Amino acid sequence: MKIENRTVGDVHILDVSGKIMLGEGTMAVRNSVRELLKNGTKKIILNLGDVNYIDSSGIGELVSSFTTVTNQGGQLKLLNLTKKIQELLAITKLLTVFQVYDSEQAAVASF
Amino acid sequence: MKTTANRIEVSIGSALEYLDLVQTLTDCVTTFMGFDDDTAHWIGMSVRETVTNAIQHGNKLDQTKKVEIRFDVASDQLEISVKDQGSGFQVDNLPNPLDPENLLKPSGRGIFYIRSFMDEVEFRPLSRGGMEVHMVKKVGSN
Repeated sequence: MKIENRTVGDVHILDVSGKIMLGEGTMAVRNSVRELLKNGTKKIILNLGDVNYIDSSGIGELVSSFTTVTNQGGQLKLLNLTKKIQELLAITKLLTVFQVYDSEQAAVASF
Repeated sequence: MKTTANRIEVSIGSALEYLDLVQTLTDCVTTFMGFDDDTAHWIGMSVRETVTNAIQHGNKLDQTKKVEIRFDVASDQLEISVKDQGSGFQVDNLPNPLDPENLLKPSGRGIFYIRSFMDEVEFRPLSRGGMEVHMVKKVGSN
């Protein structure tokens, strides 16, 4: 899996691609989000459009990152959910937790 | 309906490195049976979650303990059995991930997903010790 970090104004977008699974994938997401927080970033978007596989640990890591960012006074939002990620979030009621966007422009403007 | 079952069995050590092997085998079985891509994906995820639990929570990553995975292929359904050598658990005691107090917990969704995507899921304590998770996916169900 790969994570690229870019900024649009004061919003940091993490473009995640590949698999977010137990082990390497979940750790990479966690480390990237924590690195942003360490640098004082408060507005984070996880772009998941190129994530081709996620397991329950990956979903757990999204939740964990969300709570970590929220607890530090920031906001974490999700962009470009695949159909499968959307289904996994929906059946565990997590779509009620996350703010989800299909458009990067709308996601950036939402902060 | 009369069916002819074919059995595929594999036994792995309790290491997460084997998960990709099990995933590949599952994908081969579901492709062979003609499941559509989405259904095959959810079966693969269910098996991966089950084997992950068996390795991590059942056998506690003890390399001397095995996880046995069995696929029974029939024309109308796929039966999957995953056995570990752990100390077992009470499935009824697992917290419900949909309860408001559990919604933001980072773990505890794996079995919920397995139950969502498979048609039948049973948790059976084994007389020798350990647990068997028995799952069924019918051909043609979503």
